[in-house]
Amino acid sequence: MAVIAEPVAADVKRGSLWSRAFESRHFLGAMFMVPAIAILILFLAYPLALGFWLGMTDTKIGGVGRYIGFANFVSLSKDSVFWLSVFNTIFYTVFASIVKFAIGLYLALLLNERLPFKSMVRAIVLLPFVVPTVLSAIAFWWIYDSQFSIISWVLIKAGLLTHYIDFLGDPWNARWSVVLANIWRGVPFVAITLLAGLQTISPSLYEAANLDGATNLQRFRHITLPMLSPIIAVVMTFSVLMTFTDFQLIYTITRGGPINATHLMATLSFQRAITGGNLGEGAAISNAMIPFLVAAILLSFFGLQRSRWQQGGRD
Amino acid sequence: MTTVDDQSVGMDYLESFPRKFLRVYLPLGLIIFFLLFPFYWMAVTTFKPDAEMYDYEKYNPFLIAHPTLEHITKLFFDTDYPLWMWNTVIVSVSSTFISLFASVCAAYAIERLRYKGSRYVGLAIFLGYLVPPSILFIPLAAIVFQLGLFDGNLALILTYPTFLIPFCTWLLMGYFRTIPYELEECALIDGATRLQILTKITLPLSLPGVISAGIFAFTLSWNEFIYALTFISSSENKTIPVGAITELVNGDVYHWGALMAAALTGSVPVVILYSFFVEYYVSAMTGAVKE
Repeated sequence: MAVIAEPVAADVKRGSLWSRAFESRHFLGAMFMVPAIAILILFLAYPLALGFWLGMTDTKIGGVGRYIGFANFVSLSKDSVFWLSVFNTIFYTVFASIVKFAIGLYLALLLNERLPFKSMVRAIVLLPFVVPTVLSAIAFWWIYDSQFSIISWVLIKAGLLTHYIDFLGDPWNARWSVVLANIWRGVPFVAITLLAGLQTISPSLYEAANLDGATNLQRFRHITLPMLSPIIAVVMTFSVLMTFTDFQLIYTITRGGPINATHLMATLSFQRAITGGNLGEGAAISNAMIPFLVAAILLSFFGLQRSRWQQGGRD
Repeated sequence: MTTVDDQSVGMDYLESFPRKFLRVYLPLGLIIFFLLFPFYWMAVTTFKPDAEMYDYEKYNPFLIAHPTLEHITKLFFDTDYPLWMWNTVIVSVSSTFISLFASVCAAYAIERLRYKGSRYVGLAIFLGYLVPPSILFIPLAAIVFQLGLFDGNLALILTYPTFLIPFCTWLLMGYFRTIPYELEECALIDGATRLQILTKITLPLSLPGVISAGIFAFTLSWNEFIYALTFISSSENKTIPVGAITELVNGDVYHWGALMAAALTGSVPVVILYSFFVEYYVSAMTGAVKE
């Protein structure tokens, strides 16, 4: 015991500037922040700023760029491939998000029922989200193969088709195929987080509604949806954010093809900046994504505000 | 997430089995089939000899007539796959530990030391969580190149924390908030230093939170793709996701057996880890969204 007490006593006697600094929580707080802040400034804040700068230069890989103002954005605004990628990104985000939300909410409601092996079912449902996206995307690539697609084979055997579907060779087929793969990956995330929200709703509310003679639809509309809306706002913001900036699925399944029909802004910026070597132009494409992201973040912010208000906190 | 502590049982018992089958089990079964089919297809292709894989007339594609390990042995002995696996493990473990260390310190300082401006720093870290890697990879590539880290594990170990630290800090802040102040006050009166309080009181009490953050961070770094694709160029330094799609495809020849074997064996470690810590994983995922 004496061994532990000794250093404390020594500290008090010394009372130097250094030991007093360590008792100040402001100084100590700053010290504790150093590792996190150092990494985040060097590899997050600085690159973010550098990205804005690069977008205004004509930097090539291995060279030093000149400042050229908004010239990258001007040339992009005349670039039909860029506008195609903007269209694809919005198409991809809108359709994938709507379906992910619908199936995810439905799955969450199903999982909230009384089920045998409930925790195991929940663990299995989350698998597509856990497995590395690129590796499951390779499986989708194989499922969409033009000659050996298992989907085409089943449909032909069932007599619904006469020839194999060219999933990834036709622009619109390819777009819907990658949307489907994205839905597959995103549904578990939406379902499990919404399920966590559903589990906080008290069953007595439903019992009371039952006694008042409410139908299933009315209970869903007037109890489930209002109680769930704050978490829906946050989950969908995250989902939209992840879908809008998606890179892995497209890069693995189509690499932006056929003839740029599935290029998203992220894959196009990779192609221009890394494959093509035009860092400046690629950075400009990335920067063009930022307004959309800010819109999504604001949405998330107001979603959080609303949840605080609903829980009886200050507005 | 606090589950409802309610003794009521609901009115489920009023429902007959056939009705419940149609309303719940059937749609649930269909959705689970949709979610699991790609994994089944991955596994079937891995263990199928080439002759069967491309002949749907003679063999039923859903079954394997003559299971084989040829794709797995080819992957392990004829490619750099073992090296990719090793790199992935090294990178994921190191970046997870770096992030956990930095996040524990930061979250403790923000939540408990409450220094001047800690609220704003907390908010800034949350905003960092919302910056996606797909807008950072181009400038980061330039920085990685300048620092001479290009084409090495260190490039990934130092950049992965950019998306792990904001997430872990945010999650741990939530856990630290649930620990009563009184415990720390008692320790302070007994003469403990701040560091002792953190290691002997706060950390043990928030161990579930630290495990959740660690598991989730590990799977995130195992799955990371865009940084690894951009910052690594030589085959022996690649991670599994990057190696699989850049090295196993020769021009127009796709080695589907080897590709599926890589997809399967690259997923198994994460799935095993996940199966041991499902509850922690789910609480990390839902916690991050809820806060």
